[in-house]
Amino acid sequence: MSASSAFNDEKGGSSNVGEPEYGHDPASGGIFSSDYKRHDDLKEMLDSNKDSLKLEAMKRIVAMIARGKNASDLFPAVVKNVACKNIEVKKLVYVYLVRYAEEQQDLALLSISTFQRGLKDPNQLIRASALRVLSSIRVTIIVPIMMLAIKEAASDMSPYVRKTAAHAIPKLYSLDPEQKDCLIEVIEKLLADKTTLVAGSVVMAFEEVCPERIDLIHKNYRKLCNLLIDVEEWGQVVIINMLTRYARTQFLNPNMNESLLEEGGGEKAFYGSDNDDDTDDEEDKEEKEKKKTEATAIVKRKPYVMDPDHRLLLRNTKPLLQSRNAAVVMAVAQLYFHLAPKAEVGVIAKALVRLMRSHSEVQYVVLQNVATMSIKRRGMFEPYLKSFYIRSTDPTQIKVLKLEVLTNLANETNISTILREFQTYIKSNDKDFVAATIQAIGRCATNIGEVRDTCLNGLVQLLSNRDELVVAESVVVIKKLLQMQPEQHSDIIKHMAKLTDNIQVPMARASILWLIGEYCEHVPKIAPDVLRKMAKTFTNEEDIVKLQIINLAAKLYLTNSKQTKLLTQYVLNLAKYDQNYDIRDRARFIRQLIVPTDKSGALSKYAKKLFLALKPAPVLESPFKDRDHFQLGSLSHLLNAKAGGYQVLPDWPEAAPDPSVRNVEVPEWTKCSSREKRKEKKADKPFYSDSEGESGPTESADSASDTASGSESGSGSEESGSGSESEESNEESESASEEDEEEEGKKKKKNVEKIKARKPVPESESEPSSGEDVKKSEKKSKPRIGSSESESEEDNDSESESSESEEEESEEESEEETKKKKKTTASKPPSKPPKKENKKEKKEMSLLDFDDFDPAPSPSQVTPLNNFLSSSLVTDLEGLSLTDNVLSPTTIIPSGNLKTYELLHRITGEGLSVEYCFSRQPFSPDPHMVAVKIQFTNSATSEAKSLHVEDAKLQSGMRIKEFPEIEVLPAGETVSVVMGIDFCDSTQAANFQLCTHTRKFFVSIQPPVGELMMPIFMTENEFKKEQEMLLQSLGQLMGMNEITEKLTLEEKCQGEHAVVQRVTTAANLSRVPCGSDKECSPPVPPPPFPIHRFAGKTVTSGSLVLVSVVTKEDGAAQLTVNCEKMVIGTMLVKDILQALTQ
Amino acid sequence: MQLPAKMIHSLFLVNSSGDIFLEKHWKSVVSRSVCDYFFEAQERASEPENVPPVIPTPHHYLISVLRHRIYFVAVIQSEVPPLFVIEFLHRVVDTFQDYFGVCTEAAIKDNVVVVYELLEEMLDNGFPLATESNILKELIKPPTILRTVVNTITGSTNVGEQLPTGQLSVVPWRRTGVKYTNNEAYFDVVEEIDAIIDKSGSTITAEIQGVIDACVKLTGMPDLTLSFMNPRLLDDVSFHPCVRFKRWEAERILSFIPPDGNFRLLSYHVSCQNLVAIPVYVKHNITFREGSSQGRFELTLGPKQTMGKGLEAVLISSQLPRGVLNTNLNPSQGTYNFDPVTKLLSWDVGKINPQKLPSLKGSMSLQAGASKPDENPTINIQFKIQQSALSDGDKILYLYLLYRIPTEVCICFQKGCVLLFLQWPNQ
Repeated sequence: MSASSAFNDEKGGSSNVGEPEYGHDPASGGIFSSDYKRHDDLKEMLDSNKDSLKLEAMKRIVAMIARGKNASDLFPAVVKNVACKNIEVKKLVYVYLVRYAEEQQDLALLSISTFQRGLKDPNQLIRASALRVLSSIRVTIIVPIMMLAIKEAASDMSPYVRKTAAHAIPKLYSLDPEQKDCLIEVIEKLLADKTTLVAGSVVMAFEEVCPERIDLIHKNYRKLCNLLIDVEEWGQVVIINMLTRYARTQFLNPNMNESLLEEGGGEKAFYGSDNDDDTDDEEDKEEKEKKKTEATAIVKRKPYVMDPDHRLLLRNTKPLLQSRNAAVVMAVAQLYFHLAPKAEVGVIAKALVRLMRSHSEVQYVVLQNVATMSIKRRGMFEPYLKSFYIRSTDPTQIKVLKLEVLTNLANETNISTILREFQTYIKSNDKDFVAATIQAIGRCATNIGEVRDTCLNGLVQLLSNRDELVVAESVVVIKKLLQMQPEQHSDIIKHMAKLTDNIQVPMARASILWLIGEYCEHVPKIAPDVLRKMAKTFTNEEDIVKLQIINLAAKLYLTNSKQTKLLTQYVLNLAKYDQNYDIRDRARFIRQLIVPTDKSGALSKYAKKLFLALKPAPVLESPFKDRDHFQLGSLSHLLNAKAGGYQVLPDWPEAAPDPSVRNVEVPEWTKCSSREKRKEKKADKPFYSDSEGESGPTESADSASDTASGSESGSGSEESGSGSESEESNEESESASEEDEEEEGKKKKKNVEKIKARKPVPESESEPSSGEDVKKSEKKSKPRIGSSESESEEDNDSESESSESEEEESEEESEEETKKKKKTTASKPPSKPPKKENKKEKKEMSLLDFDDFDPAPSPSQVTPLNNFLSSSLVTDLEGLSLTDNVLSPTTIIPSGNLKTYELLHRITGEGLSVEYCFSRQPFSPDPHMVAVKIQFTNSATSEAKSLHVEDAKLQSGMRIKEFPEIEVLPAGETVSVVMGIDFCDSTQAANFQLCTHTRKFFVSIQPPVGELMMPIFMTENEFKKEQEMLLQSLGQLMGMNEITEKLTLEEKCQGEHAVVQRVTTAANLSRVPCGSDKECSPPVPPPPFPIHRFAGKTVTSGSLVLVSVVTKEDGAAQLTVNCEKMVIGTMLVKDILQALTQ
Repeated sequence: MQLPAKMIHSLFLVNSSGDIFLEKHWKSVVSRSVCDYFFEAQERASEPENVPPVIPTPHHYLISVLRHRIYFVAVIQSEVPPLFVIEFLHRVVDTFQDYFGVCTEAAIKDNVVVVYELLEEMLDNGFPLATESNILKELIKPPTILRTVVNTITGSTNVGEQLPTGQLSVVPWRRTGVKYTNNEAYFDVVEEIDAIIDKSGSTITAEIQGVIDACVKLTGMPDLTLSFMNPRLLDDVSFHPCVRFKRWEAERILSFIPPDGNFRLLSYHVSCQNLVAIPVYVKHNITFREGSSQGRFELTLGPKQTMGKGLEAVLISSQLPRGVLNTNLNPSQGTYNFDPVTKLLSWDVGKINPQKLPSLKGSMSLQAGASKPDENPTINIQFKIQQSALSDGDKILYLYLLYRIPTEVCICFQKGCVLLFLQWPNQ
């Protein structure tokens, strides 16, 4: 209750402040009673039953509060209106209540029941707002009510109410810290929430209530990382800062090796201990190793492997560098600075430099942080040196900070430009800034030996500047510089001695005197004269100057007592009667030391040593040195002092704590029944367990070394995928899959694997498993929409990112296993690493077995459908296993049908004509490329030599794989070659030069949009599933689009065959075999309007392209294209429309 | 017993004469005497913008921003990222500007109730709650003259009757149920170049800062895609939260569900040290004679490498040294103005005619007896070039609109409108 008394005091204080203002108010006339009278009419208005009067009264009251006047005496009148129906009145009453409830606790209780009613309201927004106000009322009596309300709201259906509950937690905590334990429970519960709305707020609550309970984060770490990008910007800042701290406790220092390399053997102890607790089961080994020489320990040490979760954090925060919110950018920057490997920190520099164009307050904070960073990592900002040049319009504080950064960035190579820039700064009108510049020059001079003399000369020139401040500052800096090599600069000292006549700035005078005293041997003639002058003016000098005069006198007495003995005594006598006790003390002390008397102690023998000892040169250091022990971007860092509530950024642990704590329980909707079992399998068969690709957050270095952690890092969606699989396929499938694992030679399985291998890349892992069963998947898809969206997105991303690095691996492995070899050459999806495929194969083949190949256990199934599916599959698979590079006989159009385009006409080509066509065969050297078959015909009379491609001018990202040079093409001959072009999924032309031994021709190949894709196999259900998924995600920022067009088919094109033919000619897609097809499903009555479906994916990015044509009566039809790439989708619609209607 | 709570505790609005004209507390009340520390710092600072943004006091920390000559002073009690507070305060100012057109003391005082309501919604217990302008507008309607009149007559309110459903949606920046009879979308590309040019006229550093401002008035939930001719030029970009980061990273395509109305889609930054040709030059001759109370002032402007495009709306401003008492100048075109108090010279040149170059000549009278100023003044030039962009090549290639609406959509790109801010600090 000490709080309330404190508040009363405060209130008294504020009303005191407010009172004089009443006098200015014409309505109140300055008398207390009239003030009451005015409040009376407000009360009257509040009591009336007209809403407009109430509103007017409330507005006036709020205006009073805003001006800081005391309106607490109106409390009873206002609180009555808490249940008012008018929304604005109600809101203003809330404003009033929150402001004054603390002072009028008893009366405030009157309003509580209204809010309690509100908490039960069916509308989520009303529930939320009731909780918000209730928790904002700082009345200790209602703590239990608040606690209850928060607990209830934390399990509310609406995420918005849960968010409000998270906001209420710190409010309650600050009101009653006793509730901490209960609140932590609520926080723990809310941390598990999967919505982006709640994430930011609950982490905020966590930071305020229990920042030390880092263990609560473990289970939610991956989820937070994955949600991060969709959280609102303020939440992002809080989460990123918290995760920085978390990562510092959980992961190893990524720069560990580098720092060791740099520091040589200095860190041996560190090594030993690191080995010591590396892993528990390896302890024995480590013990032995410890006994060996430390040198070998260094060599034998395991290379640093970044924890996949560490990588996940770095990768998921990086895009936020492009946030428009400076606080978010800064948060990411500090995260990278504190957590990223040295080589990667550089990415933040550009973003930070961009922030320099923002408001000056933002600049101020950013520059402070840049200054700290630039000391540690100078290289990072060097390319942006010029961005730190000072503009004449900058405020002084910004100028000084920029100067600091420039000084930190100075090195041998850029010092000349920086000094030239400094020279212009010295002419500035802003004297503080000039002084800072001179100091900066001094620092450059001490740090970079090469320019020391230049700087010194420049500074000496400044001594003749008209501005005294400039001169004084220069003197101080020169003094510091001279200390480094005084012998060479006696002329400068002489010059400065002359300045004593003019310079009045005490600090500068003191500096000069100190210099002369210190180096009086270099200026033996001038020094006594200076002392003589100083003795004359002694009484008028400032204290620091007086002290230096005494010093000078003492030093001269010791070196040159003949000339200065009397002078010294005179000075000491003056000092003896000085007003300042410091000076009197100093004089007494020095007299005892230097003037030999009978009583003088042992010390006087050493006087010379005491005064004329060699003094080390000062090190001019940046004030920002070592500031990075504060977390960057924090208030404490800015002030260079620990602010209240600052959480210390922990040092890296020497050994990583158990990473398995971050493993998440399987989400409930997947009802995984055999998780343990699966895990066991993983352990047995490391090949399958290698699932980092799916979980995403893995460095390629990892996959080799640490399979265990890789398997554990499987993210939620992956597990959900396999979970649902096992649920669906139940006993049969499990046994089947196990069998299959053992009998790898089975042909059936091989085939299935191949089908699966051609699965499109961007589907989320959980999709295919649910693809076969519509009912179940519908059930499942509902919870997925909201929560796992970002996760699956994440997965996709990680796949495509990791694809490149893992491609190499894939090649190696394909050599080992012949069945895979076929697959890679045939239709391997380019961006799918083989390891991952295997995993998926394992999961999914059981599904296929269940549905298609193993009809026995499922008598309820419609057999005809099955038959068809399996038959179509079989043909498909036969095609695969028989030929290497033809996809499937049903989908590939014979090359004779291919449309050829002219690349070079016979006339322009001077007899050489060139045509090209898209062969629709996978381009084996690089699966991301479209194969273009080029046919050269030499119709000239002479032979053409050395035909080759040169000087490709490509749009960004596009690549060309040239065909091998054709050495000779005799007259009248024709030759075909294949080249690969990666069009980057755009229809922009690839321009290049076609060269013969004599001429060069500019040519360009522009692909029709239909050639930018390759067919993939998909069952009808899968197709529907994908379509549905992609459509659902439309509203949720996934970007898959549906374009639908109505059209009328021509007479001759109405047949099924014609439609299929035309669509596949227009675009390189494969037909999706469908169970509802007329010919093959006699038992089921043929549907009135057959649907033709086609599937493919884009060559470069592997985005799905789904096309369906619904034919109706009289040739009416509807064409639907789904494609993540809107541009491609739109163009494809056009092309197919044209093909179908012409 | 009170624990130090994080985030923003209170906000004080201080005008240029040092009066607190508005205070708002989100937690228990902090006495306004805390601002005395701020006033102290203000006195110490030579210029208004030199007040340190962060001031520590014994029990609190004051974080302030200066916008429109009003200090927004936030009081916090413990560790919080300073940029978090600064960014939020700027967001508050932006919101006020959005609501009242201007953010002046008078406007805030006139709308004190709306201001209070806004602040109440923007922060909950000191932590930002609703900062998206469309959510706020759903909660509290911006005051217009018409609405004020209607409100006084009918007694209706500014506070939205409906509940703010936007707060619940996955796209919090867009209102639901938007309807327009005319669907239109406008995109303005504005580029600014910031250059420092030395005495001899050579460019020391030049940076281009560009923004794409959009005004989108489309019905329903449109999904837009923008792609660029040469996206590589936009290497350093910051986006409105509506833009899908991943799509941009993967394909360099801007894909977004736009907010309703005006918003800044993206801003980009190109630092091109010597690539930019500055399309204007200045010949100058500014001299002060020692001992005399007169100085000469002469400026001539001319276009340079504009590729036939005219320079428009040229505005020159220069801060003359303190010693200058008055000027007697003669512009060949346009109008000039010299403020003897602030010593700010501004010359509104207008359009530059390459045949007849504009000039400003005359004399300055200096304070008698004062020594000649050390430094020649810097000159700031602002001008516009229509239909051109300095970082040429990042033209918008096409815009795709993904959604079907019955009415026509008017999409308009305005390229150009280049603002340049040049400085001659080294003259």
